[in-house]
Amino acid sequence: MRNRSRHRRGVAGDVVAELAGHPALIEQIGAVGRRSITRTLRQRALLVFPMLFPLILFAINGSALNAATRIPGFPPVSYRAFVLAVPFMQGALFIAVTAGIDLARDIESGFFNRLALTPLSGPALLAGQLGGALVVALIQSVVYLLVGLATGVGIASGVGGALVLLALSILIAFGFAGVGALIALRSGSGEAVQAIFPLLFVTLFLSSASIPRPLIAVTWFRDVATYNPVSYLIEGIRSLVITGWDGRALALGFGFAAALVIITLGLAGSAMTNRLART
Amino acid sequence: MSDPKAAIVVENLVREFRKGPRAVDGIDLEVSPGEIYGFLGPNGAGKSTTVLMLTTLLPPTSGTATVGGYDIVHQGTQVRESIGAALQEAALDPILTGREHLQLQATLQGIPKVTRAARAQELLERVGLTEAADRRVGGYSGGMKRRLDLALALVHSPRILFLDEPTTGLDLQSRTALWSEVARLAHEEGMTVFLTTQYLEEADALADRVGIIDHGKIVAEDTPAKLKAEIGNPTVEVLPADLSAGDAFADALSTFGAPARSGRGSLTVQLPGGEAQLAELVRALDAANLHVASLHLHQPSLDDVFLAKTGRKLEGSADDGDAEPVAAPARGRRRRGR
Amino acid sequence: MSRFLSVARAVAWRSIHNTLVSPAIIVPSIVFPLFFLAAFAGGLSKIAQVPNFDYPPGYTAFQYVFVFLQSAAFGGVFTGFAIARDFDSGFARRLMLSAPRRSGIIAGYALGALARWVVTGSVVTIAALAAGMNVPGNPEELAGMVGIGVMVNVVAGLWACGVAMFLRTEQAGALIQMPVFVVIFLAPIYVPLHLLTGWIHSVASVNPATTVLEAARGLLAGSPIDVGLAFVLLAAGAVVMGAWARGGLASAERAG
Repeated sequence: MRNRSRHRRGVAGDVVAELAGHPALIEQIGAVGRRSITRTLRQRALLVFPMLFPLILFAINGSALNAATRIPGFPPVSYRAFVLAVPFMQGALFIAVTAGIDLARDIESGFFNRLALTPLSGPALLAGQLGGALVVALIQSVVYLLVGLATGVGIASGVGGALVLLALSILIAFGFAGVGALIALRSGSGEAVQAIFPLLFVTLFLSSASIPRPLIAVTWFRDVATYNPVSYLIEGIRSLVITGWDGRALALGFGFAAALVIITLGLAGSAMTNRLART
Repeated sequence: MSDPKAAIVVENLVREFRKGPRAVDGIDLEVSPGEIYGFLGPNGAGKSTTVLMLTTLLPPTSGTATVGGYDIVHQGTQVRESIGAALQEAALDPILTGREHLQLQATLQGIPKVTRAARAQELLERVGLTEAADRRVGGYSGGMKRRLDLALALVHSPRILFLDEPTTGLDLQSRTALWSEVARLAHEEGMTVFLTTQYLEEADALADRVGIIDHGKIVAEDTPAKLKAEIGNPTVEVLPADLSAGDAFADALSTFGAPARSGRGSLTVQLPGGEAQLAELVRALDAANLHVASLHLHQPSLDDVFLAKTGRKLEGSADDGDAEPVAAPARGRRRRGR
Repeated sequence: MSRFLSVARAVAWRSIHNTLVSPAIIVPSIVFPLFFLAAFAGGLSKIAQVPNFDYPPGYTAFQYVFVFLQSAAFGGVFTGFAIARDFDSGFARRLMLSAPRRSGIIAGYALGALARWVVTGSVVTIAALAAGMNVPGNPEELAGMVGIGVMVNVVAGLWACGVAMFLRTEQAGALIQMPVFVVIFLAPIYVPLHLLTGWIHSVASVNPATTVLEAARGLLAGSPIDVGLAFVLLAAGAVVMGAWARGGLASAERAG
């Protein structure tokens, strides 16, 4: 009975209601979040490699595909500016995997049971666990932005746009972290989480990551990219870099990002409730 | 009728899994406050499943149970507030330090901020981890992890403690240290301890009462001494110094019962009056001027109890060198060392 | 020699068998190259409209050669992952104890990698042909292109083998993969060399992978270029990486 009313409220509603009723809960979420952040910062390899790989690709593709700017109809910007949005997406995909693997390890090791024996509720536990993902998303996004600026990419929307860009990329990363958490909670297995990584990268391939959608010559590919929400996430970030303030692109970008967060965290919250299986 | 003051009351508890037999098949038990209850059984008997249900981590299929006076199904939150649990896996985060684990646990349990650090320090001292407190748990030995696990279960001063095979894989020194602490918690602090184990000597050494579970059912339950006494009296095995004096030994020992002879020349006889008759037996041999090469007193063990109740030996016995043919033992069967 | 071959056959058989019965291994190794082909040949096909893009068979063929060779390289890399897993699980020690000629173990892993790549390469080729790829090259030239693929697979496999045997842990995965990835991607994979500009043109000009890639593209196009040089580079790579792998094996033997 209690679980049904929780599902009507949704995960965010649950957390807010619990916070309002239980001030100590804020502390508890903070404690779980602090642990998540501590774990992330202490595993430098998990922080550095996912940050470095997208930057290497950015450096290579930014130069190797510069000839693409000579395709008729390509926006009048450098290819590096065009493709700066991609590292933010790649970083988000890495976050999905590391957040999921962290949670899966807790389940596999039994640490999850230890947390289940405390008064902390499922949605609040999920919120805390994803704290580390948020910190990584923030660090990554700032690094990508700084590297972009250092390599001569200008942000057409200015300082304000750069802040909006950071907000959008963090929102996207949080949504993908929810994907990783969902897989971890449903499967309880780190291997299952790692197996989704290739699938997530496929969504990036089949998008407008490398070339504007109107310039995709192959019809089926263009159609897939058009229906692929990842295209709009990338285009939202990209618009802030190369266009300025494009209301439509931002609305679509933030809209899809918010939908991703709501859907994935909602499903993950439900999976958390089932995984906890406490009476 | 269950005792209203009992710390743990279980009535006809069942847990079924899909595509499998009943892991717990209708068990009844009661544990009094301050008691150490040993739940003994081989791998797969249903011990851990029972613990998971009693700690609210697994809902029962049917039956009822109360822990600390609270129903495990309908009052799960209150149950969890009353108990501490160290489950089968040590369940630690290798990246955090021991102290960080305790502080996290204290925060999650709602310990006031001003007392958390002190509580963590107190528990670290109690389990002997002060020197390692600020090292990452990934570098701890198995014994250290188990001690930290116990400390984490005690953070919120629970009234009832569940320990699921707490000494599996530990060396003798670590195991003994853990036993001492568990005994102290029960006898000095009045904590109720529900301990599952597959080690006979652990149940024997620690438990006030033992419940033996096999294939999801409790097959025997009582104090270790009474369970063993049910099986039979202690036996004495005597090896004559002069093997040709076997008949004389048989005569001298016949006052105690019909001695059985082994192929090696030793004679075994039961002591109907228990261990207290040992002195009498020695005096009888001395009076008959019979010299003894060796003399062993064998007590029935919980393994004998298990064998009598189930027809099988208990797996995971520490003294596996004693493996014997699978058959119900005759009374007074020769046992080494226990 | 017969012992060497028997060890190599046994190790190769196990490698192929484990791949075939594990969907988690075989499916990605087939699916990923297809996605690369779709993404690059499909998504970037308008690059053929860039002035001075002069690959006559077209952009699909241009990308097909890259994906063909990339799948060969990564087929070798995945072998390194399997070896590292074997060390982590302890199975490698069993192999070392059982094999009378331990160099046969390396050969066996390499053969397994090649066999897996035959499947992957065939699937990619069929997909590209189904997408309408032009193939002007004659059978000898196409065989030469396949030969280049085989050599790439061997070189990458020996590299991966060496790293895995030196480090003997699955954590070596990134170290196995990254150098191969960087070498490949610092070649003219999206456009011909003369259309690259800036630092990447400079790097690609001296990258041996560029010669190999362009030779393979030339063979497919029926206009061979620097084929001899490409094979010399690959042979040298095989010798060097063979020594590297042998060094890894020696390191593993010393570790026990």
